[in-house]
Amino acid sequence: MSEHNVLYDAPGPRTRRLTLIVSVVAALGLAAIAYFFVYRPLADQDQFSMEKWGPLVDPGNENFKLLWGRIRDGFVKTLTAAGLAILTSLVCGTALAVLRVQLKALRRRQFAGAGRVAAAALRGLAWVLNAVTRVCVEVFRGTPVVITIVFVWLGLPELGVDFDNVLWYLVVGLTIYNMVVIGEILRSGMEGLPTGQAEAANALGLTSFQTTRMILLPQAFRIMLPALISQLVVVLKDTSLGFIIGYEEVLRVSNQAIQVLNNPIQMYAVIGAIYILVNYALSRLAVYTQHRLARGRKTRALPAERPPAAVAAEVEVGGSLT
Amino acid sequence: MSVLVDRFDVFAGGFWLTLQLCVLAAIGALLLGTVAAVMRISPVPPLRWLGTAYVTVFRNVPLTVVFFFSAFGLPTLGSSADFLRIPGLTAVFNRLGIDLPYFRFAIIALSLYTGAFVCEALRSGVNAVPPGQAEAARAIGLTFTQNLRHVVLPQAWKAAIVPLGSVIIAMIKNSAIAGFFGVVGDLSNSGVDMITQDQEPVIPTMIGIAIGFLVMTVPLGLLLDWVERRRAVAAR
Repeated sequence: MSEHNVLYDAPGPRTRRLTLIVSVVAALGLAAIAYFFVYRPLADQDQFSMEKWGPLVDPGNENFKLLWGRIRDGFVKTLTAAGLAILTSLVCGTALAVLRVQLKALRRRQFAGAGRVAAAALRGLAWVLNAVTRVCVEVFRGTPVVITIVFVWLGLPELGVDFDNVLWYLVVGLTIYNMVVIGEILRSGMEGLPTGQAEAANALGLTSFQTTRMILLPQAFRIMLPALISQLVVVLKDTSLGFIIGYEEVLRVSNQAIQVLNNPIQMYAVIGAIYILVNYALSRLAVYTQHRLARGRKTRALPAERPPAAVAAEVEVGGSLT
Repeated sequence: MSVLVDRFDVFAGGFWLTLQLCVLAAIGALLLGTVAAVMRISPVPPLRWLGTAYVTVFRNVPLTVVFFFSAFGLPTLGSSADFLRIPGLTAVFNRLGIDLPYFRFAIIALSLYTGAFVCEALRSGVNAVPPGQAEAARAIGLTFTQNLRHVVLPQAWKAAIVPLGSVIIAMIKNSAIAGFFGVVGDLSNSGVDMITQDQEPVIPTMIGIAIGFLVMTVPLGLLLDWVERRRAVAAR
């Protein structure tokens, strides 16, 4: 449903006037509440003083340059971690999606030419491999990403893998979680394609792997692009968990600054605004891509019935949450 | 692996507290999200702006920042979230009533953050209702509220169940962060404490924590898959 205008008639002059009056009254009421319950307690504690805000907004302040330099460094580190994590999760996620699709195809095969015992053994093997990957996916998708990150951070040294930079623990933790998510996005994209695509590829004599690589995967990437961009927002937000394991990203840097400047509210407001700005831009990009894709599909007059994957992608864009 | 057996009571207690946190935060998020969704589709422009602003802010900010705000901002405002000490609820969820406010702060942070996603899930449900339904309702003279109550929302719920479910699953996973923001004794906090203070072996303990979360998330996920598949068959 195309939102508004379908649910109600366009308001007439009287309703508009009424709306305006009620809105103004409500706004005044809200302003009063905000004044007494937010502004007054904050003002009483000098939260609006230049001492608290100065380092963040006043270029003349002695700490301004130093602080924003630190914030910039922290943000670069946030972006580094997010960039590395999204790159590795894309690569690993694609591999995982291909693996799962291949295993599914393998499970359907009867291995008729291999003799009865060997065929049964091969079918069993295919079933086991399929089950193992399925369980791995469910486990890593169902575990909180914080827990995965902490697990990697505390667990890898125990297993003899010692990174000298804490960045890598964060990247590995984020990758484990997001490769599974991206793998599932791509897999559902491939399975949502019209079956004629794979059938035509088979008819041309392409092997199952060639079919996946040359026919299914490119289309799945295209359909799922909005969902993938939304996942990028998720990764960017999740890098803020790095502060728990001591990675010096923007949130941890601001925490250190708060120890000195003692202005938590002001600092988090600014950091939050930076995050909103970047992530909002990315979300807009996802919506824009989705519109572009929808338009492309329309002009080329493909079947009116959209593959379920496209619908799923729209839902995903609606909720880009961890 | 003996830690899983020896310290079972700690894991069970942590699981129970995390479950409480999730139930309460889910209720809060559903309430907030429904209000925000109605605001976003309402005929009153300022309400629409307010709803959109809320969703934009909380969808794009990391949950950690929201947690920092509730853990530092609310005390500065002189509040320890006492309004959550609802008489009947504190009897069941005793953490709500204690003097340490961090459990209540965690509920507020999780509800605020998840509410934005609930709003989007509901809106996607409303968008899935064929426009003819709302047009027909308007044609027979139903007002906006009647239209929502009798025609659109009953159908929107059905389409919104699967996205709502994934939002709730994500919220359960996000609740792990609460343990790093002052909530004592939930799954993540007690698990990390066992490792850092009691020197329990890392890997078995982490597996125990993961199992605690998987017990909540995996069945819910399978249930959603089942609902989705049934819907797909019915639609065919």
